Amino acid sequence: MSNPTPPVGPGLPETQTMVSDTVPAPAPVREGKHAKKGGKPASLWTDAWYDLRRRPMFIISVVIVAVLLVMSIWPSLFSSIDPFNARSCDLATARQGPSAGHLFGRDNLGCDLYARTVYGARNSIVIGVLTTLFTTVVGGLLGIVAGYRGGVVDTVASRLTEVFFAIPSILGALLIAATFRGKANSILLVILALSVLGWPMVYRIMRAAVITAKGQDFVIAAKALGAGSGRIMFRHLLPNSVAPVIVVATINLGTFIAAEAALSFLGVGVQSPDISWGLMIADARNRFLEAPLPLVIPAVFLSITVLAFIMMGDAVRDALDPKLR
Amino acid sequence: MASVGEPVLEVRDLVKHFPLNQGILFKKQIGAIKAVDGVSFDLHKGETLGIVGESGCGKSTLAKVLMALERPTSGSVKIGGRDIAKARGGELKTMRRNIQMVMQDPYTSLNPRMTVGDIIGEPYEIHTEVAPKGDRRKKVQELLDVVGLNPDHINRYPHQFSGGQRQRIGIARGLALQPEIIVCDEPVSALDVSIQAQVINLLERLQDEFGLAYIFIAHDLSVVRHISDRVGVMYLGKFVELGKDAEIYERPAHPYTQALLSAVPVPDPEGRERRERIILQGDPPSPANPPSGCRFRTRCWKAQEICAQEEPLLQIRPGTAHLSACHFAETHDVVHAG
Repeated sequence: MSNPTPPVGPGLPETQTMVSDTVPAPAPVREGKHAKKGGKPASLWTDAWYDLRRRPMFIISVVIVAVLLVMSIWPSLFSSIDPFNARSCDLATARQGPSAGHLFGRDNLGCDLYARTVYGARNSIVIGVLTTLFTTVVGGLLGIVAGYRGGVVDTVASRLTEVFFAIPSILGALLIAATFRGKANSILLVILALSVLGWPMVYRIMRAAVITAKGQDFVIAAKALGAGSGRIMFRHLLPNSVAPVIVVATINLGTFIAAEAALSFLGVGVQSPDISWGLMIADARNRFLEAPLPLVIPAVFLSITVLAFIMMGDAVRDALDPKLR
Repeated sequence: MASVGEPVLEVRDLVKHFPLNQGILFKKQIGAIKAVDGVSFDLHKGETLGIVGESGCGKSTLAKVLMALERPTSGSVKIGGRDIAKARGGELKTMRRNIQMVMQDPYTSLNPRMTVGDIIGEPYEIHTEVAPKGDRRKKVQELLDVVGLNPDHINRYPHQFSGGQRQRIGIARGLALQPEIIVCDEPVSALDVSIQAQVINLLERLQDEFGLAYIFIAHDLSVVRHISDRVGVMYLGKFVELGKDAEIYERPAHPYTQALLSAVPVPDPEGRERRERIILQGDPPSPANPPSGCRFRTRCWKAQEICAQEEPLLQIRPGTAHLSACHFAETHDVVHAG
């Protein structure tokens, strides 16, 4: 060999005629299905929103969630019967099947099942949504910081998490709810009890995802540019590690609504005459064979709620991954 | 390109040791990986310094220390007279404008969840004083144009581009702050041979256009020769030879360089038969426990008593015109031998 020259061919024709300071007029036809009108710059979130609006699954789930939210804010829009009015119940008609004016029939105490289900939405959804929000924000933030910082911060946060993990969740929630019983609103107490024991799971998932993401070259590239911790955590690590957290958070939502039922059953959660789906399910269990509807109806509502949130979470997760668009 | 005037980058006695710890709770240092162990060189404006060496010789650690992504154990990295290795906070951030990086893997070096516009525009968001907000998008489109990409693709995501195009995006990001120095850490080794040529040509054109100085790290000797003005050969954290590309390739003085060059594939059946092959025995020693004296002596056919006792310094030796670190340095044209 006479000369170890690399097999360098001619570069792209366009690369050799470039002038740095001139920009050709933007092409009149903008490429891609995500192009914005008016040349607005695209970003992950605007593109995700654009994409979400065209996903049938997202639209259906948003409609369901919206209906449920309206139901929990203004239940009287959905039912003319007020289940808190004792006169609306009649023991003589207990466990009657569906009839005109009583769509789902009556429960064990002769109250209208439909009205109770509608009025029960508020407590169940408030508990489910707020607990999910709280655990995801606290667990997620701690997870990002611990995963990114590592070292002492990570060790302290992780050992703390393990302490909470070691407490059996229902027993721990029972303890918290029972200790503070009467000192606060029973619904707030349930949210607090479930949140305190629920965040470690989100923390662990977020931390693991962040540790995977932070070793990647694009994070090193951002550091080389001089990016601060906040930018690296929220612009680079969060979007690349949020997917598993969204999945777990939406599944947790159903778990929290069901856990509320367990606490109510044990006597520390929502108590009669307050209504919640969990409480209704617990009340109806004993007479299930005689009258299945009082258990089935709130259970179906619960399932639809959880399903709607899971569908919504799934759609958001997919929209945040440009490769899946 | 002539190396004239003040150097833009001065590296002196740069050392980076990674501690080896034992114990979980009470960590005790039981040794150190001597990844970079006393490296000095200058880089002038518009010049390309190629750095070659086998895997694990400290090339990438050197790049990280130059970029202030790792703090050196000792030594200095002066850019424009100021030591980036000692800079902190705002000063470090300002200094980063002058030294940027092109990374090896175009698939992992771009955030998959950012648009190309966001990726190339990020330097302007971090260093807000470089470009006013309204100008940034236009600047990003100019950069896309400069690296030979369609400026209309600003809203696309990295996965919509090929490997070579992604590497161009990475180069555009490195150019955004108009640095004087770009550290290229194996910028073409993840690309197809045909694409390698395009990216190398792009780097050369940008160098002429903007007067960039490159540190070009690679293990492909042919690519390094093509782009470099000077070449440094690294072995176990030290330069063993440093000189003009023609000197290193035509008249290598260090046995390690000669062995490296003899391993370059020859695309000519006849020349292949006739040329000299130097096959080194064994593996490189562990950087945690390098040999005494000359680090290469354990694999060197010239090694004698003195090599174990006295460390050969990187200096100009009799009969050669460039720096080499061997007691028995002697010019030997490996490539044309036979």
